[in-house]
Amino acid sequence: MGAVRVSHTLADSATMIRRRLKHMLRYPAMTVQLIGMPVVFLLLFVYVFGGTLGNGLGGGGRGRYLDYVTPGIILMTTVGAATSTAISVAMDTAEGIVARFRTMDISRSSILTGHVVGSMISIAISIAVVIGVALAIGFRPNAEPLEWLAAAGFLTLFVFSLTWLAVALGLAAKNPEGASNAPLLLMLLPFFGSGFVPTGSMPAALRWFAEYQPFTPAIETLRGLLMGAAIGTSAYQAVAWSAGIALVGFLWSMKLFR
Amino acid sequence: MTGANPPAIAVTGLRKSYGDTLVLDGIDLAVAEGAIFSLLGPNGAGKTTVVQILSTLIGADGGDVRVAGHDLAANPRAVRASIGVTGQYSAVDKLLTGEENLLLMADLHHLRRREGRRLAARLLERFDLTEAAKKPASTYSGGMARRLDLAMTLVGDPRVIFLDEPTTGLDPRSRRTMWRIIRDLAGNGVTIFLTTQYLEEADRLADRVALLDRGTLVAEGTPEELKRLIPGGHVALRFTDETALAGALGALGTGFLDTSDDDRLTLRVPSDGGVASLRDLLARLDAAGVEPADLAVHTPDLDDVFLTLTGDPKDGSAVR
Repeated sequence: MGAVRVSHTLADSATMIRRRLKHMLRYPAMTVQLIGMPVVFLLLFVYVFGGTLGNGLGGGGRGRYLDYVTPGIILMTTVGAATSTAISVAMDTAEGIVARFRTMDISRSSILTGHVVGSMISIAISIAVVIGVALAIGFRPNAEPLEWLAAAGFLTLFVFSLTWLAVALGLAAKNPEGASNAPLLLMLLPFFGSGFVPTGSMPAALRWFAEYQPFTPAIETLRGLLMGAAIGTSAYQAVAWSAGIALVGFLWSMKLFR
Repeated sequence: MTGANPPAIAVTGLRKSYGDTLVLDGIDLAVAEGAIFSLLGPNGAGKTTVVQILSTLIGADGGDVRVAGHDLAANPRAVRASIGVTGQYSAVDKLLTGEENLLLMADLHHLRRREGRRLAARLLERFDLTEAAKKPASTYSGGMARRLDLAMTLVGDPRVIFLDEPTTGLDPRSRRTMWRIIRDLAGNGVTIFLTTQYLEEADRLADRVALLDRGTLVAEGTPEELKRLIPGGHVALRFTDETALAGALGALGTGFLDTSDDDRLTLRVPSDGGVASLRDLLARLDAAGVEPADLAVHTPDLDDVFLTLTGDPKDGSAVR
């Protein structure tokens, strides 16, 4: 692996990332939907259910619920974005252009790198908008700069893992329609976790599931970092889940793309 | 094109199966540098599979392949660096403009920005796409997309170009433009490996033609050599009932039933299609008192080549 090879891999990856970002500008409907949906969910849960749910958390009403639900909505944003990643990977792979790339002397991994990094940039923008809306309607996190930094770092890791999984799902799908279905199940996971209500309020079987699925420790970690709640072992679990999902997604993608 | 140069493409014993289906059963090919070589065959003959293997897209099950002097199995990257591929399905990025597609290729070939821009402008001009340069490729017509596709293939200045059915689905005018472009490329010393289902296309363009049928080469040679293998055309006579058909067969003493006619009322009679032989044919029918309902003169085409070389009349849907 010579220095030229490495510099070509980097240059090819940069080219593919630029290509993906251009796609997002050309086809903004997907990006708008990506940002729009979690914002709608945020407003729905805060203004429609928030008063009652907030009181259920032990008083505090709507304002209390806004603080509780925002980390859950942020993670929901990442799942929505993963869906769009899977779809665009499936669409792209079906196009002749990827066959062309495969017959060219370029770094093959750069094609997937373009998708992963491009998606992560769009997810970062979506999350920033969601947090902006939450702040505008009264979300008041008490995180210190270091905790914000940790939250950003953790989200990057989580999004990274989810994106690789989405890339694999997109490659595995027979067509773009198929690609849009698989991550839909992921969309439900924040609901069957601590995203919207504490798991303690759920029936025993559901609670067991909620506590052992990846989104609950992820949400608890984020909530702890932003709101100062106790994180406990959630951080380790969330990081372990992320690393595991990233590894599976990466290896699966590589296997499918060879 | 001297004999001293090693062939640009050399294939021996190429085999490929998908599961139990044998797609290529021992193909041998040699394409001289700077030549236009055409692989001719009906849909499903294995043409695309050959291109996919030679262009490193899929692996072969057996055989030796050298492209531009590089061993395909041992050094696919070197092969990729020497080739350009324009596939059957448009390999352009539809969300990008024509110009952006070319710049994307320039970036992937690690050209300097200025150099890339200049090359893109030149190719847009050459392929008559300057006006559409800033429009997304999704708005291009079939012919424009195919021209852009080929322009993108040329960015890397490949020595060997694979064209998989480059004119399938194009209107006659775009087809002619494509032929001119392909000839120009070969004139500049680029080796062209072209697949087509059209005998006319192979005839007009290729220095050598190989005929692929169900995974084996059934003939190989110059278009002239190949055409000598084709018998004359035939006249198709359709009748209104079987009595008339039997009468005609008796009067002419030759001909066979056209199985593509569901009513089994069409007779194919070998003929060169010339005026004299037609007059003779009609006179004989007249003498026997048989009147065909319909008459069509059929000049030699790929159908006939297959009829002769494989002894297996393809149905009309397989060969056009």
